[in-house]
Amino acid sequence: MSGVSVTKGAEDAAPAANDLVVLSNVNKHFGALHVLQDIDLTIARGEVVVVIGPSGSGKSTLCRTINRLETIDSGAISIDGKPLPQEGRELARLRADVGMVFQSFNLFAHKTVLENVMLGQIKVRRTDKKTAEDKARSLLDRVGVATQADKYPAQLSGGQQQRVAIARALAMDPKVILFDEPTSALDPEMINEVLEVMQQLARDGMTMVVVTHEMGFARSAANRVVFMADGKIVEEATPDQFFSNPRSDRAKDFLSKILHH
Amino acid sequence: MNVLLDNFPEFRDGFIGTVSITAVSSVIALVLGVLVAGLRVSPVPPLRIFGTAWVTLLRNTPLTLLFLVSFFVVPEIFFPGMSPFLLGSLALGFYTSSFVCEAVRSGINTVPLGQAEAARSIGMTFSQTLRIVVLPQATRTVIPPLSSIFIALTKNSAIAGAFSVTELFGWQKLMSDRGYAIAPVFIWVALGYLVVTFAISGLFWLVERRMEVAR
Ligand SMILES: Nc1ncnc2c1ncn2[C@@H]1O[C@H](COP(=O)(O)OP(=O)(O)O)[C@@H](O)[C@H]1O
Ligand SMILES: [Mg+2]
Repeated sequence: MSGVSVTKGAEDAAPAANDLVVLSNVNKHFGALHVLQDIDLTIARGEVVVVIGPSGSGKSTLCRTINRLETIDSGAISIDGKPLPQEGRELARLRADVGMVFQSFNLFAHKTVLENVMLGQIKVRRTDKKTAEDKARSLLDRVGVATQADKYPAQLSGGQQQRVAIARALAMDPKVILFDEPTSALDPEMINEVLEVMQQLARDGMTMVVVTHEMGFARSAANRVVFMADGKIVEEATPDQFFSNPRSDRAKDFLSKILHH
Repeated sequence: MNVLLDNFPEFRDGFIGTVSITAVSSVIALVLGVLVAGLRVSPVPPLRIFGTAWVTLLRNTPLTLLFLVSFFVVPEIFFPGMSPFLLGSLALGFYTSSFVCEAVRSGINTVPLGQAEAARSIGMTFSQTLRIVVLPQATRTVIPPLSSIFIALTKNSAIAGAFSVTELFGWQKLMSDRGYAIAPVFIWVALGYLVVTFAISGLFWLVERRMEVAR
């Protein structure tokens, strides 16, 4: 253990200015359940990290601790060099820099698509209405739902809703976007339209943390795959290494399950 | 000979009194009720405790006792010289705010958690999340119980009559003091209350319909 911390200490002595999200020794419990166990994870600016692992392994919880939708019991999380503050105005400001895309979209049901993408700009960034609308329209265009701008979320397909949700996150000019199984609630024919938008984002240099089992996306867009099981990070590797030659038994077992059926 | 026509000015004053105290205490109850509901779902524990205490205390105290406190304690300690009308409105408004709070809170609980999480994720503060995202979506479920709460408030305003506030129920006492037969007096009083409560039901019906059209 001490050997590990010494090497880590040596690295920390010259902290890469490039580190955007740093989790160190993070622990979290839900009652007796130890959902996150000694999690160390560093995400560099512009990096795309795919988090993969069996259901219940703590992937969503990990994602949600990064913008403090879940609090942690011990350890530290910092975004762009600043530790996550306590609940309050400062945390709200920091959350504006961390986009989040949910499995169930969570678009504001009482607002139109356009309003969904304008709301954060106006209420949080204090952008004027005209600028916010222009930006919202261009983002909706970018994710391919410009023609749906005046509809309510319930009138859109799942794939369209998820693309609006991505536009809503992008409207805040986030430093990093967290995706928690963004395609898991979608009908198969809609998965690709969402993945394509995400792939384009990755190419544009957006920093992304993506919980997904879409191996095609991981192979083509991810710089790194993080494999989680039982609340621990079991393995980290490049996508090619991980999918063709996983080191841990847990990963081998998991991959054989999702590959052969 | 007609009890209403012969005493119409007093009846009219009583009716206006009931409408006024109902309106003023409704506004107090609505504002406080929504505020305290916000406290009850806040992430700050002391605020939650305050909200819970507020509801528990006011909802479980007999209204007459609140009137007594309002008329005999409040002027002594806080606001000497406050009018009976305002003191009565405060007692009724505070009492009813606890019911409004609970209706609003159960409305808040019908809004999926993901809505608030999405709002917080784009950097909205707690109060922005509540005002801009959660409460507007809760309104629909809150309207029907609120209608009943404000009708109950109208009827509860009769207690203010016993505390020298001019209102409709007080007219009944005045008439029986003047020796009129009690049955016709009660019928007129009941009709007066019906007008107010029907107006409230109508108002809420309109609001509900407008919200359906809006979506
Ligand atoms: N709010 C919560 N309260 C209690 N247990 C929870 C809560 N959220 C998640 N869990 C539990 O924590 C574990 C990890 O959950 P999660 O992070 O959602 O896993 P994953 O996203 O990898 O499927 C699961 O066993 C889940 O049941
Ligand atoms: Mg999950």
